[in-house]
Amino acid sequence: MTDQVANTTEPAEVKEIRPSALREFWYYFSENRGAVIGMWVFLGFAFLAVFGPLIAPYDPTEQFRDHILQPPFWQEGGSWAFPLGTDPLGRDMLSRLINGARYSFFVGIVVVSVAASGGIIIGLLSGFAPKIIDTIIMRVMDIILAFPSLLLALVLVAILGPSLTNAMIAIAIVFQPHYVRLTRASVLAERQKDYVTSARVAGAGKSRLMFITVLPNCLAPIIVQGALSFSTAILDAAALGFLGMGAQPPTPEWGTMLAEAREFILRAWWVVTFPGLAILVTVLAINLMGDGLRDALDPKLKRS
Amino acid sequence: MLRFLLSKLATFVPTFIGVTLISFMFIRVLPGDPIIVMAGERGMTEERYQEMVVKLGFDKPVIEQYWSYLTGVLQGDLGESFITKKPVWDEFFALFPATLELSICAMIFAIVLGLPAGVIAAVNRGKFFDRALMSSALIGYSMPIFWWALLLIIVFSGNLGWTPVSGRISLMFFFDDVTGFMLIDSLLSGQKGAFASAVHHLVLPTIVLGTIPLAVIARQTRSAMLEVLGEDYIRTARAKGLAPARINGLHALRNALIPVVTVIGLSVGTLLAGAILTETIFSWPGIGKWMVDSIFRRDYPVVQGGLLMIAVIVMIVNLTVDLLYGAINPKIRRRS
Repeated sequence: MTDQVANTTEPAEVKEIRPSALREFWYYFSENRGAVIGMWVFLGFAFLAVFGPLIAPYDPTEQFRDHILQPPFWQEGGSWAFPLGTDPLGRDMLSRLINGARYSFFVGIVVVSVAASGGIIIGLLSGFAPKIIDTIIMRVMDIILAFPSLLLALVLVAILGPSLTNAMIAIAIVFQPHYVRLTRASVLAERQKDYVTSARVAGAGKSRLMFITVLPNCLAPIIVQGALSFSTAILDAAALGFLGMGAQPPTPEWGTMLAEAREFILRAWWVVTFPGLAILVTVLAINLMGDGLRDALDPKLKRS
Repeated sequence: MLRFLLSKLATFVPTFIGVTLISFMFIRVLPGDPIIVMAGERGMTEERYQEMVVKLGFDKPVIEQYWSYLTGVLQGDLGESFITKKPVWDEFFALFPATLELSICAMIFAIVLGLPAGVIAAVNRGKFFDRALMSSALIGYSMPIFWWALLLIIVFSGNLGWTPVSGRISLMFFFDDVTGFMLIDSLLSGQKGAFASAVHHLVLPTIVLGTIPLAVIARQTRSAMLEVLGEDYIRTARAKGLAPARINGLHALRNALIPVVTVIGLSVGTLLAGAILTETIFSWPGIGKWMVDSIFRRDYPVVQGGLLMIAVIVMIVNLTVDLLYGAINPKIRRRS
């Protein structure tokens, strides 16, 4: 009976509410100019990640033996054939940078989805489980959080063997506890509320309570955390690549490119400057966007 | 207070046991046999292999192995390095002062610049200074510090030639370790120019390691200040006609400091993680570089011991911050 009522009334309500909720979100989000700029940069980055190989002028691993360490076009000796110069093996910097977007984007997506989905499920369980299980789960998370994230990721990669996939797994494991804690905290707050009690009284089962009643109301802080850990994941994967523990050469991953360029820093500034700049711009754009998301989704967290 | 203390310790002990369990497991989940890795390319005879198995205790049940590991750890026995054959404990404490010195300098750098930046931004909310400072803070916060280090090396060491690229002091100076802190030891040695050389070597690593804490502190100070500036007692102070500098500096900042101090305490983990990158780039002979080198050399006892020591340090610092916070703020004490 209740289900039927719900079924007949819901669609009409959804039609009315959804667009205005989205509009409301956009209203708050677009008030923050930095966030909108960040979003456009991020969309550009996503575009490069998807279509990079089609746009890049050359293959990222193609070596032009006659053009080793050629400077960018505005410097003496540079040419428009290689607008951002070439690296020590004569590969086109621009093509490598464009192709690199794909790896960083991939890292962000995979790490955030693995860490968030695992963390949400564990957090929900922890919030609904008996106290003893909750305590055990939270202690395990405390243990993981006791290790500095980059160090733990580094050691995990040392166990699994250096590669981009293993770096992503390691970073996702390290990030997971944040989602668990966040989800659990919001679950505990939501569980007290009347609508949850009424759902329980109406006979909703545990899994329905967890995933359909409570979870949607806990999503706002998780989405914000998702944006922030997207950027941290890119930074950490680049750091692992830089230490030789992430993507392996000749992969045009930005951190790995920096590691390869290290010995040339005093001779060829461009091989060092551009990959780092690409990381910085991407991470900055995502962080700007994350700040805007937080302001728009979570008025409680709003930075005055 | 006693109950608060006990409740904090009650979470500390199981976490500590868990951390030892993880570092214990580390050497056992590695692909390949650690004893064979230890033998290196020379290999070893079957007899010697069996001898090593017994020596390292691999023939006993896992629980017994863990128990002897745990009791060893509690007595400061972290095993021996495969490469140098020295106790890991001794190596750790020989290198730790270098990391500590760098971290303290980075923290001072971050606090000295971050606090005023946050206050200035909050007081000038929405104006040019606020925007400029907060944009810089966000850039600092988004900075890949390994790249930032390379840029600073290009500019200050390469183009300007102001600072050295690696190490803690110029090779011209030689003196004994007294405290392990190069700044103090170089002064104690009384050699002319030694202290200046130590400072020169410290500048770039300090800036690199301090950048992210600086950005975090500036952002946190700003938002804490903004919250406090909206309080009634600030309005009262204004109405009394106190000078703005006195209000901002004394009344507001003091109350805004509590969350900032927490952030400072909790960024110790960030500093140690940052030290891994910073020390590797500047060849700074501290814990971070030691860990990375050991990972590459497959010196597993060192990685295991270092991992445990760093986690324990982070835990102790976090516990101290919690306890201090509880001591200052009775509300927190009662909540738990």
